Amino acid sequence: MATLLQPALRTASAAEVQPVIRVEDVHKYYDLGETKVHALRGVNLEIAPGEFVAIMGASGSGKSTFMNLLGCLDTPSSGHYYLEGVDVAQLGKKELASIRNRKLGFVFQGFNLLARTTALENVELPTLYARLPKEERLERAKRALEMVGLGERMEHFPSQLSGGQQQRVAIARALVNRPSILLADEPTGNLDSRTSVEIMQIFQDLNDQGLTVVLVTHEADIAHYARRSIVFRDGKIRRDEPVMNRPEAAEVLRTLPTLED
Amino acid sequence: MDFTSILRIALRALARNKMRSILTMLGIIIGVGAVIATVGVGQGAQQQVQNNIASMGTNLVFVSAGSVNRGGLRLGGGATKTLTYDDMKAIVQESPAVASAAPGSSASAQVVFDNNNWYTRVNGTEPQYFDIRSWPMASGTSFTGDDVRTAADVAVLGETVRQNLFGSADPAGQTIRIGNLPFQVVGVLAAKGQSGMGADQDDAIYVPITTLQKKITGQPWLQYIVVSAVSQQASYAAQEQITALLRDRHRIRPGQDDDFQVRNLADVAQLADQSSRIMTLLLASIASVSLIVGGIGIMNIMLVSVTERTREIGIRVAIGAQEADVLKQFLSEAVVMSVIGGAIGILVGAGSSLGISHLLHWPISISPLAVVAAAVFSTMVGIFFGYYPARKAAQLDPIEALRFE
Ligand SMILES: Nc1ncnc2c1ncn2[C@@H]1O[C@H](COP(=O)(O)OP(=O)(O)O)[C@@H](O)[C@H]1O
Ligand SMILES: [Mg+2]
Repeated sequence: MATLLQPALRTASAAEVQPVIRVEDVHKYYDLGETKVHALRGVNLEIAPGEFVAIMGASGSGKSTFMNLLGCLDTPSSGHYYLEGVDVAQLGKKELASIRNRKLGFVFQGFNLLARTTALENVELPTLYARLPKEERLERAKRALEMVGLGERMEHFPSQLSGGQQQRVAIARALVNRPSILLADEPTGNLDSRTSVEIMQIFQDLNDQGLTVVLVTHEADIAHYARRSIVFRDGKIRRDEPVMNRPEAAEVLRTLPTLED
Repeated sequence: MDFTSILRIALRALARNKMRSILTMLGIIIGVGAVIATVGVGQGAQQQVQNNIASMGTNLVFVSAGSVNRGGLRLGGGATKTLTYDDMKAIVQESPAVASAAPGSSASAQVVFDNNNWYTRVNGTEPQYFDIRSWPMASGTSFTGDDVRTAADVAVLGETVRQNLFGSADPAGQTIRIGNLPFQVVGVLAAKGQSGMGADQDDAIYVPITTLQKKITGQPWLQYIVVSAVSQQASYAAQEQITALLRDRHRIRPGQDDDFQVRNLADVAQLADQSSRIMTLLLASIASVSLIVGGIGIMNIMLVSVTERTREIGIRVAIGAQEADVLKQFLSEAVVMSVIGGAIGILVGAGSSLGISHLLHWPISISPLAVVAAAVFSTMVGIFFGYYPARKAAQLDPIEALRFE
């Protein structure tokens, strides 16, 4: 897999460096008129550069809510979120958009590719919003697609790609602006088990190159591919521990039967 | 984002819903087309009116009997018995700005040849009338000064009358009846078409003034006098001299109203010009209402489109689109539609005004001002009606947008 990441990130060691993500006593309410949903009830968390964190928990435990906060798509009702030491609450809309564009890469369960838009154009989109020159946009989008193994499918539309391929396009899109954090909310939720492991292999490779990865999943065997696992229940962190006996996705793939493609 | 990327994305989005985009543009096409066509046709009509008036001779001055208005009522030409043949002679002799003049009086009458009947206006005048109006004969000759002196029963036909009485037959030397009197046709006038006011000038018969007065109306006074000034500039002087002369001859005291009316053809032209200009303006403003309706159509479709593409907007915002990027994207779709619609509308409007002018034999007139105004206006319609939907798109909450099914 080709290297796409900044050299600085590759040398980051987890211990004494300042955390890339620091969350302090974050609450989130959804105001539904008569009732209030208390989706996050005091979350505290630090994530160091280069970590690979899996967030687990039952449906409705607040995982997606938390990811949306980390992804700067939403703001906490109370508490603080420091991204690379900066309190996100202090930032304006423009700066948040720019952070989403350059610092963060987001991968969704439902892929969220633009329909009737080629893989290459989908991947190019964030570079357009980063206002990169045309040649560099194309160059980067092509490299990102090659990196996820889709060099041959650049001109395909999402409807012409399998679920796993669509998710790779989404990953390429998340990586094209060379972010320092990759956020993925149930990226394998719509995929079969072999394809899920293939996606985890990509994540492990990226993480080995120094990229910080935060992954939401409700499948324990997917969470195993991370280095650290966190469990949410009722809007709070109930468990936070390193992953023991972490498998290498590449190894696992060799043992799995190849179905098609 | 750079301009070409924005344009490309907008065109692509519009191409995805071709039928809808075309129908939406149709509103603008019709609006702009209607503005261009009405202004074009209106100006053509205006030009035509001016040409007609010019063809009557621009140094003409009309004197008609009867005051302009008396107690708010305008009296018809025949209502006053004060304008006389001697007035005409005095005008020619005593007004230095006047070159020549011809007397006139008229009556409506049934005209018969063979089995053909035609109801028309019979005018009595003198031969110089046709010179003053610069109105040549198509065939035959005018009646003569002798005919006037002897009150001869001779007639000159207008083209419309000739057509209706004779069809393809040769009228030269034939005898027609006006009322019960037989008249010999001596000439046919060249076709002159409509007057500045839209009346058919060819629907008339001309006979010697004396014949009309003695044998048809039995009235010795004149209804009008047609005067030609020595030059176009002199026509205003002629107008003043005639007014002074006639007031003196008719013994009208200062402060009293004239019992006649002197009109300069330049004034008539101006009046006609003004009224057709107002008409054009009125039509154009009605047409521009349809442009606004077209704009509302754009707004409507853009609102639908923003709702349909809520998820797309959510994705774009999630990967780092600024509010301004989304705003520009949707605004540019609206503006592209209105600009393309405006361009097509200009072509359609110009084409149809060419067609209409051609059909009516009017001068072709496509106003560059109207084209520029329509282009600017349609662009502004796009910006104005596209802004609200685009702002709505730009301000969508990304989380809500991403949850949208
Ligand atoms: N936009 C929202 N409006 C109202 N309630 C919401 C919204 N998003 C999530 N919730 C509620 O917040 C809680 C946590 O949801 P979520 O973070 O999506 O959980 P998870 O991703 O772990 O399944 C749930 O009770 C859910 O119904
Ligand atoms: Mg969820």
